[in-house]
Amino acid sequence: MSIWEYANPRKFMQFSAAILPWSVGLTVAFLATGLVWGFFLTPDDARQGSTVRIIYLHVPTAMMAINAWVMMLVASLIWLVRRHHVSALAARAAAPVGLTFTVVALATGALWGQPIWGTWWVWDPRLTSFLILCLFYLGYIALWQAIEDPDTAADLTAVLCMVGSVFAVLSRYAVNFWSEGLHQGASLSLDRKENVADVFWQPLVVCIVGFILLFVTLVLLRTRTEIRARRLAALLARERMA
Amino acid sequence: MRALFLRDLALAFRAGGGFGLGLAFFLLVAVLVPLGVGPDPALLARIAPGVLWVGALLACLLTLDRMFALDPEDGTLDLLATSPLPMEGVVAVKAAAHWVVTGLALTIAAPVLGVLLNLAPAGQGWLVLSLLLGTPALSVIGAFGAALTVGLKRGGLLLGLLVLPMYVPTLIFGAEVVRRGAMGLDVATPLAMLAGITAGAVALLPFAAAAAIRVNLR
Repeated sequence: MSIWEYANPRKFMQFSAAILPWSVGLTVAFLATGLVWGFFLTPDDARQGSTVRIIYLHVPTAMMAINAWVMMLVASLIWLVRRHHVSALAARAAAPVGLTFTVVALATGALWGQPIWGTWWVWDPRLTSFLILCLFYLGYIALWQAIEDPDTAADLTAVLCMVGSVFAVLSRYAVNFWSEGLHQGASLSLDRKENVADVFWQPLVVCIVGFILLFVTLVLLRTRTEIRARRLAALLARERMA
Repeated sequence: MRALFLRDLALAFRAGGGFGLGLAFFLLVAVLVPLGVGPDPALLARIAPGVLWVGALLACLLTLDRMFALDPEDGTLDLLATSPLPMEGVVAVKAAAHWVVTGLALTIAAPVLGVLLNLAPAGQGWLVLSLLLGTPALSVIGAFGAALTVGLKRGGLLLGLLVLPMYVPTLIFGAEVVRRGAMGLDVATPLAMLAGITAGAVALLPFAAAAAIRVNLR
């Protein structure tokens, strides 16, 4: 028994069908707890007032926007090396989810920045690199859409994902060059003394877990859809041949 | 290799719109920006590095879809694939030919446009040097993008979307070199980063581009 057994689409469908109800339930439970706790049961921040609550959406989505790309990178590598179709389809399924998280992170950041920084948008290193990440997602999705043959599309998008990762990291450090920027540094690290206060931290962790589960659930669902679409296309092709 | 290089050069020079297009676009950008923002010399001097680099980048982008232009349709690409020259070499040669007709031409034309945009004299040398070091990266990254979209009928917009985010580091460091050079600051760090990106892209991206072309020919 190894993890590669789930590369078999039939096996994957069985397994994902079994865990989907659980992951949906856990996602709803964690998100509901975290968001209600964060939005209604925490005190206002001394200086930011009520706007601090946007952190419960902003931080988890921003984290998952990056992690989604990393997951796509791993899935692309598995596809290129071992040629498991489920892997390529999972990468394809994750891209729109990651794009959505990126846009949500940018939008919530803008909404928070307006009252606190006094501006919707600045060309701060973190903001700029997120905008570039957004472009990478768009290009990746557009390339999947543009190519008709599924295997060709899977190969080319996998190569794009690998090269794009290198350039995304490069851009992240290139924009650092301008200035430190307005965006605050990391305040959740485990190895630092000064972090965000516990009152805000505890619901935030629940929210982060909730968003991780949300991502897993959505990717599983979308991968199942992709597999079914692939099967449907194969059936239609067979019918036309007969 | 040499024959392919000369063929691509000849095509670019003789077939209309290859050689002149990028250069004319670069010129247009440099002429239109002062008309748009007004003739204030101080303002122009401030934005000149960025405008020139953005202009060079867009001029490069504009001519990218010609790199493999008709090759997949008339069978040239199949012939090249079966020739003894490895696909990596083909991509590198095509990128080099593209660089000569765009990057090199832009580099030579840039000082004139720098004068038009009131770039400080101290920045002129850095402008030429940064373009010389940076534009090969633009051509090679573009070759990778063109290789990804080689089989597509209307890949133009997609090509731009794929390539533009990858141009960001080059643009930032290139413009930074010129900006610092024009103000008389130390340029060593951005210059080294720019050269490093170009060296890395030239060394590695032909392999990725060749892999993409092989997939497309399959």
